Amino acid sequence: MSTTYNPTDPYAGSRETTEGRVYTVTGGDWDQTLGAEAYGEERLVVNMGPQHPSTHGVLRLVLDLEGETVTKARVVIGYLHTGIEKNTEYRNWTQGTTFVTRMDYLSPLYNEAGYCLAVEKLLGIEAPQRARTIRVLVMELNRIASHLVALATFGMEMGALTGMTNGFRERELVLDLLEEITGLRMNHAYIRPGGLAQDLPPGAVEHIREFLQVMPDRVADFHKLLTGQPIWQARLKDAGYLDVTGCVAMGVTGPVLRAAGLPWDLRKVEPYLGYETYDFEVPTADTCDAWGRYLVRMAEVNESLKIIEQALDRLEPGPVMVEDKKIAWPAQLSLGPDGMGNSLEHVKHIMGQSMEALIHHFKLVTEGFRVPAGQVYVPIESPRGELGYHVVSDGGTRPWRVHVRDPSFVNLQATAAMSEGGMIADVIAAIASLDPVMGGCDR
Amino acid sequence: MTGPGDRSGTDAEQGATAPGGGFRKGAFGVSGSGDTSGFGGLVRVEPGGAVALHSTERPYGGYFDEVTDALIDAVGQATYDAAVQRVLADRGEITYFVAREHLLTLVRALRDDEALRFELCSSVSGVDYLDSGGPAAGPGRPRLHVVLHLTSMTYRRRIRLEVAVTAEDPHVPSVTSVYPTADWHERETWDMFGVVFDGHPALTRILMPDDWDGHPQRKDYPLGGVPVEYHDATIPPPDTRRSYR
Repeated sequence: MSTTYNPTDPYAGSRETTEGRVYTVTGGDWDQTLGAEAYGEERLVVNMGPQHPSTHGVLRLVLDLEGETVTKARVVIGYLHTGIEKNTEYRNWTQGTTFVTRMDYLSPLYNEAGYCLAVEKLLGIEAPQRARTIRVLVMELNRIASHLVALATFGMEMGALTGMTNGFRERELVLDLLEEITGLRMNHAYIRPGGLAQDLPPGAVEHIREFLQVMPDRVADFHKLLTGQPIWQARLKDAGYLDVTGCVAMGVTGPVLRAAGLPWDLRKVEPYLGYETYDFEVPTADTCDAWGRYLVRMAEVNESLKIIEQALDRLEPGPVMVEDKKIAWPAQLSLGPDGMGNSLEHVKHIMGQSMEALIHHFKLVTEGFRVPAGQVYVPIESPRGELGYHVVSDGGTRPWRVHVRDPSFVNLQATAAMSEGGMIADVIAAIASLDPVMGGCDR
Repeated sequence: MTGPGDRSGTDAEQGATAPGGGFRKGAFGVSGSGDTSGFGGLVRVEPGGAVALHSTERPYGGYFDEVTDALIDAVGQATYDAAVQRVLADRGEITYFVAREHLLTLVRALRDDEALRFELCSSVSGVDYLDSGGPAAGPGRPRLHVVLHLTSMTYRRRIRLEVAVTAEDPHVPSVTSVYPTADWHERETWDMFGVVFDGHPALTRILMPDDWDGHPQRKDYPLGGVPVEYHDATIPPPDTRRSYR
């Protein structure tokens, strides 16, 4: 930290003591109006956040109001900046996945998948078929969980608190599944360069099938609870208007763009991980407002359920990590009674049976693998839009640069375009309909 | 914070990195006689070196030739030759290395021309190739690269533009007049790399606090950190730790 001390700071007077300089922070400047008279009595500058229940995390809004009309909306971000991009430059390629998963904490598996696809593109390898299918499977589960939080917080911010409790209740179903598969509810580090950390545990497929039975009814309940409700419709319709031209100019992608009528979904237009072989629709709306975005997200939950079912049907036995022992992370884990632990079989193999396996284990764990020099940009469709990974390698064991084009970061820029000229209550609807996640926005 | 910092301690510990060089000797980061594996004679090219040296000859393959021809048609051969210094087609992606004076002309044509239609600017980011240009480049090497990823939603194509500038003169024209979405991206690149985007409406810090000194994602930004004492030992900041390269 390098804040320079300003000796003439009017809000922090100081005096010298034998123990050093002691500051007295005052700040009581509320009675000073510093030229605000010029703007008249109607102009009001309201600061919302960074801690505010309806700003979706630590987002700060500075709103200029005339009465209840917003004349200017400024968005201040950066409160959750954790330097993840920089951090990845000092860890090896495999460790990177544990960092990027913490960015957009509502869609961790998308971060992992995007990062791993970029590393694999640099390496010129492809994960085995079973790993690709499981990646699709867990990503779509994650999309449902993420959309449920979007809908739940949407409800909360609009005053429909039952929507929130319902949404979070349904999300627990997905998180239980993800916990069973990956060992963790969030920040899984399950998808690794070259494949997956481990295969599906026994019983996971049955539990996912049970979930597929339950979930359609829960989506119908959500429709019953909110969709037909007049207050819900009145709050959402015509709020946060942004058409296709505005979306593309502001770089907005994902459900917001699709609610403006453009069926732009990277799973369809630039398929990856075999998405072109799955049968699903791209839901759109033509309302360009928060109402359309709500409907698109609801419909996408159903489409994700369809994809999960197809992925389960085509799961064939096989490896979930590339064969190349120079890349495949060797520390296979087993699920013991105490959660995750080292596989005894693997320890036996490297300690007693194979010298080469021990060398590979040692080299990969201490040093990591090298990735040929070059740069790639890999975009995938996260629940919030285009999640792009720009990864540069210098040929070493660590990334030279990892830049993340996070959809929350880009979409939030549209706040001013969506809110200015509208009512202050619609600002909340507009931001909630963008579904920003500040962990991804600030990285 | 600008300009290469003192990394002599780092280089000594990391062994075979030639100071300021674009080449690296050996495969295991061992200097002196430590390496008996036979890989010691291997010379590898660093990204800065590769970026400075390599260029793809036509045909580039895929839609890249079509895009390049359309771009030449749109701006004219003379402007294209002056603007595009090199083209690199690698791993199914194409990169145009652009002179900064012509960046705005190019992106305007890329967005507006009917045969190009790169409507969406997906991302603008920076990369600090500390040793760009190899050992001969010396100070004033174009180490700061601004990378633009453009997407054509009409044709479903993607290209990459790259502008390289020096740390001493880190000025790049802002593309916000063509792509409004570049606003925050450019603020982030200024914040993290200290690239000045001329013509940006309000180039202020975005992720770091307003009163922060320096640009943290530059490679010579001292990580410092706080030395952690643990049983009479101190843990050095990550960039000075011994590491495999």
